[in-house]
Amino acid sequence: MFKVIGHVSRVAGPLVEAQSADHAHMLEMVKVGDDQLVGEIVRLRGARITIQVYEDTTSLKPGVPVYGSGMPLAVELGPGLIGSIYDGIQRPLEVIRSSSGHYIQKGVHAQALDRSKKWHFKPRMKAGDVVEPGAVIGIVPETSLIEHRVLAPVDVRGRVVSIVDESERTVEEVVAVISDKGKETPVSLYQRWPVRQGRPYGTKERLSEPLITGQRVIDTLFPVPKGGAVAVPGGFGTGKTIVQHQLAKWCDADIIVFIGCGERGNEMTDVLLSFPKLVDPRSKKSLMERTILIANTSNMPVAAREASIYTGITLAEYYRDMGYHVAVMADSTSRWAEALRELSGRMEELPADEGFPAYLPTRLAEFYERAGMVRSLSGKRGSITIVGSISPPGGDFSEPVTQHTKRYVRCFWALDRDLANARHYPSISWIDSYSGYIDEVEPWWRKNLDPDWLALRNQIMDLLQKEERLQQVVKLVGPDVLPDSQKIILETCVIFKATFLQQSAFDEVDMFTAPQKQVRMLKIILKFYEKSVAAIKSGVTLEKIRKSTLRSDILRMKLAVRNEDMDKLDLLAASLEAFVLEEAVP
Amino acid sequence: MTEKVLPFQNREYIGIHEVMGPLFVIEQVHDVGYNELVEIVDERGQTKLGITLEVARNMAVVQIFGGTGGLSLAAPRVKFTGRSFELPVAAAMLGRVFNGLGQPIDGMPKFIPEKIADVNGLPINPTARDYPNRFIQTGISSIDAMNTLVRGQKLPIFSGNGLPHDILAAQIARQARIIGDDDGFAVVFAAMGVKHDVAQFFIDSFEESGVLGKVVTFLSLADAPSIERIMTPRAALTCAEFLAFEKGMHILVILTDMGNYCEALREIATLRGEIPARKGYPGYLYSDLASLYERAGLIKGLKGSITQMPILTMPNDDITHPVPDLTGYITEGQIVLERELSQKGIYPPISGLPSLSRLMKDNIGHGLTRDDHPHLASQLFACYARVKDVRALALVIGEEELPALDRKYLEFGEAFERQFLSQGRYEDRSLDQSLDLGWKLLSLLPQDELHRITGEEISKFYGK
Repeated sequence: MFKVIGHVSRVAGPLVEAQSADHAHMLEMVKVGDDQLVGEIVRLRGARITIQVYEDTTSLKPGVPVYGSGMPLAVELGPGLIGSIYDGIQRPLEVIRSSSGHYIQKGVHAQALDRSKKWHFKPRMKAGDVVEPGAVIGIVPETSLIEHRVLAPVDVRGRVVSIVDESERTVEEVVAVISDKGKETPVSLYQRWPVRQGRPYGTKERLSEPLITGQRVIDTLFPVPKGGAVAVPGGFGTGKTIVQHQLAKWCDADIIVFIGCGERGNEMTDVLLSFPKLVDPRSKKSLMERTILIANTSNMPVAAREASIYTGITLAEYYRDMGYHVAVMADSTSRWAEALRELSGRMEELPADEGFPAYLPTRLAEFYERAGMVRSLSGKRGSITIVGSISPPGGDFSEPVTQHTKRYVRCFWALDRDLANARHYPSISWIDSYSGYIDEVEPWWRKNLDPDWLALRNQIMDLLQKEERLQQVVKLVGPDVLPDSQKIILETCVIFKATFLQQSAFDEVDMFTAPQKQVRMLKIILKFYEKSVAAIKSGVTLEKIRKSTLRSDILRMKLAVRNEDMDKLDLLAASLEAFVLEEAVP
Repeated sequence: MTEKVLPFQNREYIGIHEVMGPLFVIEQVHDVGYNELVEIVDERGQTKLGITLEVARNMAVVQIFGGTGGLSLAAPRVKFTGRSFELPVAAAMLGRVFNGLGQPIDGMPKFIPEKIADVNGLPINPTARDYPNRFIQTGISSIDAMNTLVRGQKLPIFSGNGLPHDILAAQIARQARIIGDDDGFAVVFAAMGVKHDVAQFFIDSFEESGVLGKVVTFLSLADAPSIERIMTPRAALTCAEFLAFEKGMHILVILTDMGNYCEALREIATLRGEIPARKGYPGYLYSDLASLYERAGLIKGLKGSITQMPILTMPNDDITHPVPDLTGYITEGQIVLERELSQKGIYPPISGLPSLSRLMKDNIGHGLTRDDHPHLASQLFACYARVKDVRALALVIGEEELPALDRKYLEFGEAFERQFLSQGRYEDRSLDQSLDLGWKLLSLLPQDELHRITGEEISKFYGK
């Protein structure tokens, strides 16, 4: 498959120039030198080609051959992806570890999908059936949670000539043959797809269903629908990674693709060690049974970091086409943008903002546009939700990556340094964050949980805004000068922040809050506010309200009430109804 | 197996083409690899080391570590070694002093190497890592109780000029231990561009506590060529990796000062005309720092560990400066020193709020430290954050105008800084002492202010 297409003429870090004697194609996958380092052609200029190499180029010498594959950089799609951990160019890290030890040696190769493993294939078609592009030919139970649907190639339309019976098959064995206008195409359990090219789909659909994350501040205040795109910017130590982990653990997508792009090695280890032990609240199965990890940590080669984002999203699209809801966590897109900058700099391209290449916004747009709810070629409904974290230098959101990302996402969870310093987690700022998806998800909440959901949400958002303005006054003159009718706004917000917005990622009860519980908690807090305002009007002092035992019951409700015994919250609501009224009698 | 024929190995060239700062260009060379070690002998017969930064047909750009002063174009003899920069390592390095390139400078004979290792290291396979899991007691309350250090962690000290970061690092190196498991602890100390007396302070401090025999020292002081600093942390970490993962030792690596290292990188980048990112630092500063910091950790099935404590002084105390900023994105938390506390006479002036240990959450509490530890730490943070707010308010309206509760917070804040944060340079507090002290201080506040601790904990510890 590989043939010599040229010889290296210059090496400078991850970029290698070669003199090409033969045909070279833009974005063609190549191997360089005796170590067979994997690379991709990123520029053609006469006989001179520039190659971006995905491995360390130390000791590479001018004159060594470059082998062309004739194909673009591609990933393998088939059963066995779930539960695996790959690097940025889909090399299976577990396999590499067993072959070459604790460190990633140069030039190691391993196939992404295990060639010897047998999968239990069940046909879903028979000879003579009509096959549309992307149709489900058969199924394979990939994990106890995920039924892997074997899809026909997207460029084939015809009839099944032959198909094997229910049997154990490896990924390479041909399970069916499809004839398309006389041309016969063999289909095996796996196929290849170029990473930089989005997989085709039928139509994009309207977003309508929220991605339930169990994180109160997200679900209630800044929701994201399945198929939406979110940016999570935050300086270091503000908790981006924890937010990403929480979503990966608890959101109600069918499949999670977690891309650790240029981040810490120990964080990936944390995911690797903790996910198999964690149990999905819905399926009661291990979280690893629905997770694919892409780990290209910060010390791994920079070019592979650039590719990792595309590798991850391509795997996600494959499962979307089977009709699954996939959530892609990209942590962090800034590291990816920096990889772009580094490579662009080495190619001596003229820089735009802060050294980033001028095509940064285009690349960001391409990536985020691969999110969405689609009707696949075979008519199945599936979605990709993208949650991309951003690490702005100095925590300054005016930098290019944050600014350009904002153009392509409609939901923005801004992490706040002051909140993080006060250990208010998740440190999602209620002032700077927004969700443009409220209208899309509102009908779902209205129909399934509470007809007044939108009004409740807007009421608390309004109180938070008022509190922000009052805090400015307090900062100047102290809280004592405010009348009780205003102090109660502060008080309600204090309670709301402590009970509702703050959520521990490590407390067993608190880490996931069912939407039913979220609505109830919100209503109790708003009821408390309403009752207190009425009480203050009739002469009760704020001091007295503060001392009431109900206040501490409300403060403790998030930890005291489990998702399963929601009735306790109804009791609390009922006693709230009675209690403050009693107090109001002078 | 047939032996590989290397026709040009150890080939030597005379004369170079162009010199600029620490770089030179040599033409008409053959078969030179990228990142290859180069030996240069100048007219006076002095040997200097360098590495290739760029290679092309017939041409190579070499970065030279000894400085290019006195180099002429015609005379130098340049030898390409055919290997990358390597460091001989051995357990016998303990107790020895080396220069920034790993050559002994303590006047003692060369040691017998057990292994020759590439200083660039290799990335640890993420699946081979083990999650850091042992609490290290440093004897410093604000670290142990609130920013717990864990074996295998990389926790930098962000400081400013004139703040006592060196004293703190030395104290940590002296006192750090794992309760009930103290075998095979050693320190690898790398000084980059610091003054001679700072390095001497560390050495004296190690000597005084009798651990000098367990310290490997790499010195590239302020008067050494700045480019040498690029190799110094790599040499130190290569030595640390050998001691940790092949000799099963627990290594604490102290790197000071990372700011100087980054400046050396910037110097090279500017000379090469690279497009800068922020403040003239190269776009790959993040990747480069990561290639150092990520060499900390634990490996499954191996006994040793590398814990890193890089020190960096923030220019103008600015935490958003690229060096601390990018460091913070890679390391697992940071210990931030605060000028205001230091001026109040508080040692160690560890800033309460911006300091953070990311690995703390998984390594404290039930079965690890003490059951009440997580909630206590969280509550101390929350209360101290409130103190900061109250102080800001008091500045505007005066302390007398504050509500009674806020005055309690001021009292708590003062006690927290004077008793909890503050401790002696030789004071080694056990974790129990630190936590009990925390409870004593929280008892200054009314019970119903303490939302983050459970009722049980209140009845067990509050006011006791």
